Amino acid sequence: MTPLPQFDSDSFRMVSRRVALNRRDFLRAAGLIGASAPLLGFQPLRAAALPRGHKVVVVTFGGGARDEETFAPDGQENIPHLIQTLLPQAAFYSRVVNQGILGHYVATASLATGAYETFDNFAATPPANPTVFEYYRKALHRPATDAWVVAPSNGFNRIGESDAHGFGPGLGAGVILPKHLLAAAMPQHQQTAFTHLLRDNYEDPYYTPDLRGGEFELSQLDTILKLSVREFTQHALSLSSADELSVYVAHQLMRQLAPSLLWITLHDMDVAHSGAFSLYVEGIRRSDRLCAEIWQMIQSEPEYAGKTTLFILPDFGRDSDFDSGGNGFQHHRTGDALSRTTWIMALGPGVRQGAMIDRPVQSIDLVPTLGTLMGFDTPRCHGRVLTEVL
Amino acid sequence: MRPNQLTPASFAAYPPQASELVRSHLDMIRTLPLVFAALLLREARDYDWKFPAEQRAIAEQFSFLASLSDAQRTNLLQGFAAVRLPDSATRMDWIAHPQKFLDALTASLWSTHQIDAFRESAKLYADRLLQARTEQPPAIPRMTVVVLGAGLEQDGYPLFRKLRPHGVFVPQVADSGAWSELVAFAQKRAQSHPAPSGHIYIDGGEADAALSAHFATSSYAGLAPVRQQLLQRIGVILASPNSGPEQLRTAMADIQPDSLHWPDRSVDPVFQHFQLDVLTQGSGTQIFSTTFVQWSAREALRRAQPLTLILRFAPRQRSLNMNEMLSGKTQGNSPDPAGSLVDADMGAFYAWIDQQRLTGADQSTFLAWSQGRKQAVLIGPTLPRETTAGAPMTMQQMMAQLS
Repeated sequence: MTPLPQFDSDSFRMVSRRVALNRRDFLRAAGLIGASAPLLGFQPLRAAALPRGHKVVVVTFGGGARDEETFAPDGQENIPHLIQTLLPQAAFYSRVVNQGILGHYVATASLATGAYETFDNFAATPPANPTVFEYYRKALHRPATDAWVVAPSNGFNRIGESDAHGFGPGLGAGVILPKHLLAAAMPQHQQTAFTHLLRDNYEDPYYTPDLRGGEFELSQLDTILKLSVREFTQHALSLSSADELSVYVAHQLMRQLAPSLLWITLHDMDVAHSGAFSLYVEGIRRSDRLCAEIWQMIQSEPEYAGKTTLFILPDFGRDSDFDSGGNGFQHHRTGDALSRTTWIMALGPGVRQGAMIDRPVQSIDLVPTLGTLMGFDTPRCHGRVLTEVL
Repeated sequence: MRPNQLTPASFAAYPPQASELVRSHLDMIRTLPLVFAALLLREARDYDWKFPAEQRAIAEQFSFLASLSDAQRTNLLQGFAAVRLPDSATRMDWIAHPQKFLDALTASLWSTHQIDAFRESAKLYADRLLQARTEQPPAIPRMTVVVLGAGLEQDGYPLFRKLRPHGVFVPQVADSGAWSELVAFAQKRAQSHPAPSGHIYIDGGEADAALSAHFATSSYAGLAPVRQQLLQRIGVILASPNSGPEQLRTAMADIQPDSLHWPDRSVDPVFQHFQLDVLTQGSGTQIFSTTFVQWSAREALRRAQPLTLILRFAPRQRSLNMNEMLSGKTQGNSPDPAGSLVDADMGAFYAWIDQQRLTGADQSTFLAWSQGRKQAVLIGPTLPRETTAGAPMTMQQMMAQLS
């Protein structure tokens, strides 16, 4: 009888490396990354050479995707756009470790502050450390319209700014929760037509707070997105998921305000918590397609084309099939190596296309990298600069 | 209260068997670190409602701990003793409500970055415990049969992709009477090796009465009244002020079977507790029949360690807004045949993995069979790996291969 792989007995380093090798083996086999592709050295002048008005778009997957369903051989069919379209143009970090709490809001907040936040994942709490949006706006004296977050509605309404001393209210990003926006735009009795767009918190399938929009959300439609309620709801009807709604809202932001720092959190794949593998894979495939659409949007919008760096990263992974403490893809509760290991993809001017970076990095390294790229300091973050994409 | 302050009266609220077990090891429990004592009591607290295999494991664990000298025990459990606890946790009643304490502990371990060290401590302890145990092989080689029932279909989906490398793929199963043949085989097997909870049958739709007569049976359809009652309670809890996931989880864990109306009052109380645990502790088990079957299988194998496990997946409802599904008002929601096939295929793979964790794994056998596709995979110690059967097979022939 076949013995089961004993991930439990492997060291974290070994498993992490195995994850990386899976990706690398596949990528090389696909001929997308040359075996001799050199690692990039630190090139300090690269950032200085970026075009004026450089912009950054960050896409996170709030709901980890495992190697098995993505970069491993059997998973590649689920991410054709990431592999065939984006990866050849990207620098790829294959060993990104998240050492923080594996809950989506607190983990995404940690990505945005560059420090592992420790608040209750289910509480509507601002991060304790300054966010990248606050660093950016305060240091470069940027207006409120220049930094935005588009996020799922469960808890993410406080992610735009921290309660850190010297930062906080008035210095952060605007936050749009598209599902709240839609709930506000739709009379209660008509919301059944939009149920597929209003799916909410899968972190604990018991806990699904009702979506309630309000006047604030409706004013966002008119004053920020320049959309009438009718236009918005009509378009929403043509979409198939909450993440598609988020990307539609992000596109409107790009057209109307062209923010220099735009953060989009996709969340469909977190339906995995309900235990339906098919829905989880469907979410991955949709995220894959939407990432390619976002890159296409960047190329087609004059304010963004040629001067935008796109970062794509899951907030963390999901449990291994072979960790007896978990239930495979369904959750991210064990804290095992696979649930902590993920990747970062970066595309844009100055990024070495086709570079594969195997050295271990952390997901909190994103913030100091953005700071270096855009020209501001991030003194309270704990991450280190990803020099290879500068 | 610290463990060294425990007295026999501390366990007055425990059920009879649990109380006797704990009191007989009170001196040893008094020496344990608080965190570890709570973990141990969480297992012992529900001893009366555990399967025989679980009761044996708990008793062995107490014996193992008692066999160590104080110095050995202190050394083995030093990682648990080093856990820094928040004041709020130390004030909790971890004796009467160990699960509530452990929920708070878990949150603290994550937020204080102690979770990795805790995992290491738990792994060290588990390894030592496993070394000390003398595991008994099952009376007969275990067998798990997973049936992807009628109505599960998706054109072009590569079925059993994860299982095929481990056994024989049968591309053509003669479907005439295959289910009846399987039921007859299973009945005979259960009758010839009777054991409490030794033969379990989980169905994602209506259970087949012919099989449930000889198996401890749990079905998604049969539990519909219980699911409905639970969903109503969830609704009430969520509508209450300051409700959140932790409050809801605690409230669900506190539900006892006798507070619900059960359609079948003849069910063994231990198995009834198991059914309730599946619905109150499993994510998605209340709303998707495929998740219900997969999680039930995982828990049945982990806890009851049956000699025979038969699973039958049925189409689950389409995915809707989670609030809508939890409202319990989606009875007429149409099924999702394509998604259900994918879910069941993964569920079959997980059932095989879970069976492989048990004693006697090297002799256990496994069959996954799709009624719609008329395809199957056979895995067993005498069967070759990663091969394809050259001719159609009947259910009887497949069972003969596995016997």
